[in-house]
Amino acid sequence: MTDIIIHCAVALLFPPLLLGVIGKTKAAFAGRVGAPYFQPYYDLIKLFRKGSVFSETTTWVFRAGPVVTLSATLIACLLIPLGRHAAPISFSGDLILFAYLFGLSRFFTTIAALDTGSSFEGMGAAREVTFSCLAEPTLFFTLITLARMSKSITLSTILTHPTPATWFAAGASMLLLVGALFIILLAENCRIPFDDPNTHLELTMIHEVMVLDHSGPAFGIILYGAALKLFVLGAVFVNVALPIATGNALADWAIFIVAILALAVTIGIVESVMARLRLVRIPQLLVGATILSAFAMMLVLR
Amino acid sequence: MSLLADQLLVLVMLINLVMLGTSRLIFSIRAVAVQGVILGILPGLIHPFSFHLAGITAGIILAKGIVIPYFISNAVRKAQIRREVEPFIGYVPTLLLGAVFTALSFAFAEKLPLAPEHKDLLFVPASIATLLTGFLLLTTRRKAISQVIGYLVMENGIFVFGLLLTEAMPVMVEAGALLDLLVGIFVMGIVINHISREFSSIDTSRLQTLKEE
Repeated sequence: MTDIIIHCAVALLFPPLLLGVIGKTKAAFAGRVGAPYFQPYYDLIKLFRKGSVFSETTTWVFRAGPVVTLSATLIACLLIPLGRHAAPISFSGDLILFAYLFGLSRFFTTIAALDTGSSFEGMGAAREVTFSCLAEPTLFFTLITLARMSKSITLSTILTHPTPATWFAAGASMLLLVGALFIILLAENCRIPFDDPNTHLELTMIHEVMVLDHSGPAFGIILYGAALKLFVLGAVFVNVALPIATGNALADWAIFIVAILALAVTIGIVESVMARLRLVRIPQLLVGATILSAFAMMLVLR
Repeated sequence: MSLLADQLLVLVMLINLVMLGTSRLIFSIRAVAVQGVILGILPGLIHPFSFHLAGITAGIILAKGIVIPYFISNAVRKAQIRREVEPFIGYVPTLLLGAVFTALSFAFAEKLPLAPEHKDLLFVPASIATLLTGFLLLTTRRKAISQVIGYLVMENGIFVFGLLLTEAMPVMVEAGALLDLLVGIFVMGIVINHISREFSSIDTSRLQTLKEE
């Protein structure tokens, strides 16, 4: 019971801090002081106090977009185990639901973008779906490989199955999986080699362009949903990459929090040292990630 | 020990894919050099130590990791080329083809009647995959220098297969094969220089067009 409460509390309150840590890391690399760690929280509070402006041409789809996106991500975050503790909701085959909850949230983000009738947002929506349909096979190959390793199709079992022993026995395929998962983590969350979350230069952005017309609380929901998505995929990554279980529940939570903060710092470092890829190179990298995960699956199946 | 060898073989196969995906010549030359060094380490991991083995290891690392890449990058510098422009098939399709070939080589290796002690190792699939990658590089790339790299990768594949027989393989045969390769690279280097001087390009597809003075 306590674990479920901690799970919900961490999942609800923690995600914006990740954005703060990433921002701080990037600032440190650029030699700036940077915004405080809690800046994303202040931003969210500010946005929730504002009024909203809705264009007259939009319909209910536009208003439903952020809400559906956030609720799908919230459900997804109830499905994954955090810090070696079983997830609050788990049933056989929930990995399919997990993958397609992201599909649902993406569908509503893109359709809300299309609903505004702006050609600009349509372009962003087109890019988003193109790249995500290349990213989806990787996520599935990774989950299938892990499912095969753990002989189970429940996310809670799959993601708590990797242990240091697994790493020793199947190091190569685990390494490939971690590589593929990291690429997916960056691609799905629109981080730098794929998309720059800070850019407002119209022709290059992907995710940012789709949410241009949202304002006030709706935009706050979108920002919070994005942080939550980063947190969820980051938790999947941490579960696979750092499979340490002490047995003590509280120690496991502490390890998990430290690990995911370290992941945020890593993302910040990647964003500081890499340039954005050209748009034509992005599919190449995503296909590369798919091949990595498919290769891992082949090694496990053999 | 054979576990570590398996991980290294996975690395060899990943380098194959990297080579199919990259467009920079210098990068693929370095990749093939790294592959050569890994292949040099491999015999030491699967066979007990002997002077024959140490000789092979040193020879392989020297030839595949240092001398041959040096010759090729020299040729690249002389012919002044930096990157492969438009291969016959694009990079993503070749990458996918390479992945399919790797999968097929796994399937094929399952079917081969291997000695029981070689059954569970990755050597046979890795060697077939590397061989096929070499073929792919040879056939899909336009520049003569990329084709030389493809040839090298192919030879690496053959070498991985030969690793299973290191015990039985006398040094002379090994040295002969390496010498052949070295001469081959040498000749290719000279040929590339000539092609680039005569045609002011080393695009082999242009060699088909007749040239009248």
